[in-house]
Amino acid sequence: MSKQITTLQAINEALHHAMESDPTVLLFGEDVADPEEGGVNGASKGLSTRFGDLRVRSTPISEQAIIGAAIGAAMAGMRPIAEIMLMNFMTVAMDMITNHAAKLRFMSGGQTAVPLTIRCTTGAGFGTAGQHADYLEAWFAHTPGLKVVTGATPAEVSGLLNACIFDDDPCIFIENLPAYWQKGEAPADPGARIPLGQARTVRDGGDVTVITYGPQVAVASAAAEQLAGEGIGVEVIDLRTIVPWDRDTVLNAVARTNRAVVTHEAVRAFGVGAEIASVIHEELFGQLRAPVQRVGAPSSAVPYSNPLEKAFMPDADKVIAAIRKTLN
Amino acid sequence: MTSANPVQPDKTVLLDMYSKMSLIKHNDETARKLLMSGRLPMIYYSPRGQEVIPSAVSVNLRRDDYICTIYRGTHDMLAKGVPLDALWAELAGRATGTCKGKGGPMHITHPESGCMITTGIVGSSMPIANGLALASQIKGDGRVTVAYFGDAASNIGAFHEALNMASVWKLPVVFVCQNNRYGEHTKFEKATAVAKVSDRAASYSMPGIHVDGNDPLAMHAAAREAIERARAGEGPTLIEAVTFRFFGHVFGDADGYMDKDEKAAAMAADPVPRYRQWLMDQGHASEAELAAIDTGHESAIKAAVEKALAAPWPDPSELYKDVFTHELAPA
Repeated sequence: MSKQITTLQAINEALHHAMESDPTVLLFGEDVADPEEGGVNGASKGLSTRFGDLRVRSTPISEQAIIGAAIGAAMAGMRPIAEIMLMNFMTVAMDMITNHAAKLRFMSGGQTAVPLTIRCTTGAGFGTAGQHADYLEAWFAHTPGLKVVTGATPAEVSGLLNACIFDDDPCIFIENLPAYWQKGEAPADPGARIPLGQARTVRDGGDVTVITYGPQVAVASAAAEQLAGEGIGVEVIDLRTIVPWDRDTVLNAVARTNRAVVTHEAVRAFGVGAEIASVIHEELFGQLRAPVQRVGAPSSAVPYSNPLEKAFMPDADKVIAAIRKTLN
Repeated sequence: MTSANPVQPDKTVLLDMYSKMSLIKHNDETARKLLMSGRLPMIYYSPRGQEVIPSAVSVNLRRDDYICTIYRGTHDMLAKGVPLDALWAELAGRATGTCKGKGGPMHITHPESGCMITTGIVGSSMPIANGLALASQIKGDGRVTVAYFGDAASNIGAFHEALNMASVWKLPVVFVCQNNRYGEHTKFEKATAVAKVSDRAASYSMPGIHVDGNDPLAMHAAAREAIERARAGEGPTLIEAVTFRFFGHVFGDADGYMDKDEKAAAMAADPVPRYRQWLMDQGHASEAELAAIDTGHESAIKAAVEKALAAPWPDPSELYKDVFTHELAPA
């Protein structure tokens, strides 16, 4: 069996490798330097000691200033990684992210590029409630000019993070907080890059295709496993990149199974699943044996109380129910 | 000129400042004429009355120094050296514009002359200026970044976050607040809790310079001090340059909110002809020399406008280019 590491270790090793291989890679964010313990979760432990205070900096709690500094440095030829501790804190920096990072290449007619990676973490399951656990990928996916990326395993997180750091466009890199301490296979090379825009087929199945990403990959896989016992073949596709998403892989898969379910932890209404379901309907309407089903959280804030939080998060039962709807 | 400036710049610099001021003034007059005649409809924020500030700043900058400016920013761009042809083509929305017609009057970018961003969002020039300065600090390239903004921007969070970070990190950046007395339609005093924006520098442990932004010598001295300090690695400075905008917030606004006496007095003290006269009185230049500068700019502006208005429009396929590094498939 190959080496097992946690997602946090995978991130830490990828960051080390990126900073080692390219002196223009910078990291800043709240508490990221070693005197501040390398981040509240320790994701950047060791980096400031190894690469110095010029390149790795703990910042004031000033999200606008953090992203602004990253944008300016990126325009001047650096490859900054800005850590926004939690995805909900991106709200404080939305002007910088959506009016500036996303649009400067287009609005300058291609004269300035913003090769910036914004790392953030989020996810329900830890009782952190409505201002620390939202999945807000749809907001960023709806803003032209941002790439939106999230991995489902330690190796995938590592490979996608590397790809984002060395991509010439601004990337929103979403890390799932509960997954930080989950183990998985280590990447063969901590510098390996997984090309953006390429989905991964997690498991094959001939009856229905489930399209998902992030922590829902495990949920969809569990649902598929359960249905396999009933002789139902469920294909699971991990998008990995939400923008630009891999239309070819998804449409080819659904063209084979003729049934599709999209699931994500984010609120279902107006979510990424709606876009994907629409495109499937537009492209494959005549072939579909059932309307595409969407699974996602209800339209409430992420709740605190444990039973409420459990009810909020899409689980395997909800994915199975959606799959059964396509089969009826 | 009532400046107590200890070292007067030499004649070349004095005339360079005048040349920039004259360029800005004539450029603005042309823009307003084109708007009035309907020949070039555009969103336009006149910088008339604020010519001195970027002129005095820019003669202290190197070509490769950076500026970040805002929607009322044609004076800042021209002073830094954004070329007329590309600027006018952008104002006209043409393919030959600085930004291929994708940015427009509020969003001029021209890295060759150091104009890295023009933002339409109040306060947003400052956090981005920090990043440019941060890159210079890391690379050790000796560049200085100037962030221009208005008085009202000192009331937005980005100002405070950016000044704090710049001071903590000793970034080579100069924050130049052009206090033109109004934030959109609201008087400075009504919206700002301090009498002087420069007083806010104390909160961030950086020097705050309060200067008459319509006095070229005083403005030059203030800019030089701040830029030298930044270049020496001693950190940021906040300059509050007091000035006045002659033509309201956005072109076409009726000025009903403005104090008429204040406006009349400011226009009577127009800094451009005042400086022109001073140059002659002091024997720095003759009427003929200055007239040659003026007419040179007038004809260059006229040529740039005609060239811009004859230039091709951008192709609709441009919608799919420059969003990302890769070209998008048309939807």
